[in-house]
Amino acid sequence: MTGRARIVLWLGRRGLNEVLRVPGASIPGVLAPTIFLLGLTSMFGAAARLPGFTADDFATFIVPVGMLQGAAFSGAATGVNLARDIERGWFDRLLLVPAPRLTLLAGIVASAALRSLLPSSVVFAAGLLIGVPWPGLGATALAFALVMGLALGLACYATTLALAFRTQQAAPLMQMGGFVLVLFTPAFAPEDLLAGWMHAIATVNPVTYVLEGARQGFVGDVTWPRTWPALAALGGMLALLGSLAVRGMRRTGR
Amino acid sequence: MTRVVAALARRALRTTARRPQFVAPLVLFPTLFLAANVGGLTRATSLPGFPPVPSFLDFQLAGSLTQALLLGGVASGIAIALEIEMGFFDRLLAAPIPRVAIVLGRLCAAAVVALGQVAWFLAVDLAFGGSVEGGPLGALAVAAIGVVAGVGFGATGITIALLARNVATVQGVFPLVFVILFGSSAFFPRDLLQSPAREVARYNPLSLIADGLRDPLVGPVSAGPVLEGLAAAGGVAVVMTAACVLALRRRLARA
Repeated sequence: MTGRARIVLWLGRRGLNEVLRVPGASIPGVLAPTIFLLGLTSMFGAAARLPGFTADDFATFIVPVGMLQGAAFSGAATGVNLARDIERGWFDRLLLVPAPRLTLLAGIVASAALRSLLPSSVVFAAGLLIGVPWPGLGATALAFALVMGLALGLACYATTLALAFRTQQAAPLMQMGGFVLVLFTPAFAPEDLLAGWMHAIATVNPVTYVLEGARQGFVGDVTWPRTWPALAALGGMLALLGSLAVRGMRRTGR
Repeated sequence: MTRVVAALARRALRTTARRPQFVAPLVLFPTLFLAANVGGLTRATSLPGFPPVPSFLDFQLAGSLTQALLLGGVASGIAIALEIEMGFFDRLLAAPIPRVAIVLGRLCAAAVVALGQVAWFLAVDLAFGGSVEGGPLGALAVAAIGVVAGVGFGATGITIALLARNVATVQGVFPLVFVILFGSSAFFPRDLLQSPAREVARYNPLSLIADGLRDPLVGPVSAGPVLEGLAAAGGVAVVMTAACVLALRRRLARA
């Protein structure tokens, strides 16, 4: 294993260590999307009776939304943890490591992708427990892959903010980005049932395509015409948010 | 006493305004959630059994305002817990002021914040094509219920902070806010909720508060729901303020 890969691995493990050592810190990120899934299903379940609703029941429709919310929480947590490391001076010591900034960034955000598996798995399991049909192995794998990719992208976004503000007080901004991106999509209803302004936002929101990709299997079959836009949107997000984070890392300490 | 309460309330308000992590939950998150709900479920008003309302925005507004008021309560609790952790609360206890003024100052600040939240959501409603069907009297009724409920939720947050004495525990209450909300008729008509939320909502005082806030927004002011909402909010405020004072005494006894 090369030195750079080892650094990425160490930093990724350090990020994951927090889940094991301070399990309490992960509870809100796991609980919130699960509560949202169960709560929204209880509240808005009748919406599935609307003409034009594309799923048999509301829970099936929003399980992928809950999984993506889990990704958003994991991405934001990476930024909050980095801000804490900056406040405590640990990050300044990390910058002394003889490694490219890109390697350090990869290590910091890599843990978000793995960490997102925890809340999304709990949401997925909760969905199955309340009667959401099994979407199939391929659809499940695709959904989790998209969740991990989104967590990576949102970790880059949160990292950019952490590097810019250098304080945990920016946490609401980090959380809000993912919150807005996930909910301003066809999260609660199919596109044709959205309000006009929401439809317009959802059309330009890349997470819409990620959500539609993750929703395959839950609603309809997995098809390439719905898969490639999800992968392309995710690729675009990673390129944009990743380059912003790299720029932030390169500027830090100069 | 009044001067001390006013000074502590002013300080609490200044602290809130300076910290973005306090301001965001007070209005920003509930407003974004309101937008997501309205944009996503605007056709819900055509569901059989949905009460006649001018728009889904008008219906949802009461739910988002209730959510904001609850989160304001959590923010009050976090603020007190931070003061306990940083030692400022102990300095207040050592100061020659009535101890109950510490709680009352924070509750006065909670009332002002709640009034600001009501004003914010009414402005959002009007700016995005909604209406206050009950007119100025309706707006006053919403403000009255909102302020009393804000004090009650603030007292709840402070009580938890005084008992727990750490920020992490108070922050842990955050998800519970949603559990309580989702088990009420704040966001959707009670008859259209799924079981068991429908049964829980029947006995959840939050349903009365949300319905009281909603009534003047979606039609002419009717005494029943508004008075029920005011009574429920008043009940929460009285019980939780008493609990708050008891928690303070308990803390003093241990100190």
